[in-house]
Amino acid sequence: MNVMDNRATSAMLYLDGVHVSFDGFHAINNLSLTLEPGEMRAIIGPNGAGKTTMMDIITGKTKPDEGTVLFDGVTDLTRLDETRIAELGIGRKFQKPTVFESQTVQDNLLLALNVDHSVRGTLFWRGSKAESERIDKVLETIRLTEARNRLAGSLSHGQKQWLEIGMLLAQDPKLLLVDEPVAGMTDVETHLTAELLKEINKTHTVMVVEHDMTFVRELGVKVTCLHEGTVLAEGTIDQVSSNERVIEVYLGR
Amino acid sequence: MTPHMLTRSLDRSATIFLAVVAACGILIPLSNLLLPAGSFLQVPTYLVALWGKYVCYAILALAIDLIWGYCGILSLGHGAFFALGGYAMGMYLMRQIGTRGVYGNPILPDFMVFLNYSKLPWYWYGFDMFWFAALMVLVVPGLLAFCFGWLAFRSRVTGVYLSIITQAMTYALLLAFFRNDFGFGGNNGLTDFKDILGFNVQAEGTRAALFALSCLALILGFLICRAIVSSKLGKVLIAVRDAESRTRFLGYRVESYKLFVFTVSACMAGVAGALYVPQVGIINPSEFAPGNSIEAVIWVAVGGRGTLVGAALGAVVVNYAKTFFTSGVLAPYWLFMLGALFILVTLLLPKGIVGTFNAWWDSSKEKRNAASASAAAEDGVTQPKMAE
Repeated sequence: MNVMDNRATSAMLYLDGVHVSFDGFHAINNLSLTLEPGEMRAIIGPNGAGKTTMMDIITGKTKPDEGTVLFDGVTDLTRLDETRIAELGIGRKFQKPTVFESQTVQDNLLLALNVDHSVRGTLFWRGSKAESERIDKVLETIRLTEARNRLAGSLSHGQKQWLEIGMLLAQDPKLLLVDEPVAGMTDVETHLTAELLKEINKTHTVMVVEHDMTFVRELGVKVTCLHEGTVLAEGTIDQVSSNERVIEVYLGR
Repeated sequence: MTPHMLTRSLDRSATIFLAVVAACGILIPLSNLLLPAGSFLQVPTYLVALWGKYVCYAILALAIDLIWGYCGILSLGHGAFFALGGYAMGMYLMRQIGTRGVYGNPILPDFMVFLNYSKLPWYWYGFDMFWFAALMVLVVPGLLAFCFGWLAFRSRVTGVYLSIITQAMTYALLLAFFRNDFGFGGNNGLTDFKDILGFNVQAEGTRAALFALSCLALILGFLICRAIVSSKLGKVLIAVRDAESRTRFLGYRVESYKLFVFTVSACMAGVAGALYVPQVGIINPSEFAPGNSIEAVIWVAVGGRGTLVGAALGAVVVNYAKTFFTSGVLAPYWLFMLGALFILVTLLLPKGIVGTFNAWWDSSKEKRNAASASAAAEDGVTQPKMAE
């Protein structure tokens, strides 16, 4: 960063002292986390550790009770809604694959492209060559070129996961939040997904939530372990998995 | 890019639909006016008026299908927009009566004289001009839908909750219009119309022209809906229907999309009501009855939601059945039949008449394609894939 600006931090994503409680249950407890531009981070943690709630906060679905959430050093995400946050350049893949089942694979990607999303823009939309080329490229990356005219609902579970990753690519956000991308995938698919995410990480900042340790190890990135809504440990996968408190949390006492 | 199966079959049914409506719109009035009364091919005037009513219902059904079939907004209060359009037209027709009313007051309609109004309420100003009334036919339902939708969609009221408040909206309007001091003729509504644009509303020629106009409005309404649903906006609407929050996370302002179609749909319903009133000769608060709006939703379900053609077809089929059954010995059982019809369609034909037909057509076409492809392969024709 050689340009002087009014950024509060150089981080792509900056969470500090975030608290959220639902009816007295503290889902997120003094959570602080930073993600540098271009970084890929894996988030692990037992069920109920607050992983998905954290993504809800970043994408505007849930408002934190207190704390700071800054995107790209300047934007306070706690003040914005989902649409605005998506427009800023944060894309999200859900835990359960969510694609538009009654539309074709190609149309799913078309909807995800980061072009004019206004009512007027879509009403008078005319496809351009650049757009169809981008769709072709994404289809190739997610290996669904053959299936482009199939309804998304007829895809296999793994293919749906990939289509959703493809939609993220079409959206071309600055930051990708990927929630359990390999849940329900075969070993081969899991391996290919890891390759795909590494490829995506060359041009994007990525945050991956995943339970699958083999997959996390394959990604080979910095790992953050959450527990009861707060950061328990951070470091390489080996450091984190040998951390006594992490073992205690995962295996129970 | 190869067009998707579904769009092709829709195109086919759209062409047939437009041809049939255009033919009816031209042939029925001509036969009514030109052929001698009582001849086999002559359509009697009472049937022209009856079918004209069905066509207006078909426009209302299209309006409902646009929001329900494509965007998942189940409005159980669309009859309100239909009735408001009807009232706007009724006000124009009332002011055309002039001195020919029972009391002969040149400005005040009969009911106002009867209720001792000293002057015309301000909201009746301008309705003596057709262009103003025609504008209000679009503006009043459109504005109500816009304000209602702005509040509801922004607060993310969806699903059954939205359906309930639309019912409440139409019921509130029903109660308001029933009041004499509301200024719209109370429970008698507006009636006793004399002429429209200088033509006698009772005359055969006027009725035939109104029928033709209703068909034209149906065609235009269909083309507008079709343009909307086949644009990229249509894809966004379906996305909202199927996975609303996903659409939001892609950066679409879902409430703007809903507001847009809801308002367009309300304007269409208003036009349907405006064409309906001169053909039936009366508009009263019972048009706001929640039951009417629910019935309109049943037409769409029977015809097939999300198909447009099906909505219009469903409106005509169900209303034809209603006319048929309510005029005979089965009359007391009509509501039971309607209820049974809705249950049967939901259980046996969830896609409705047109939806089921389209699905059958596409699958049989796929089979034929597969059969011809395998036959071609057996003939030893070089497959393009092998050349790669």
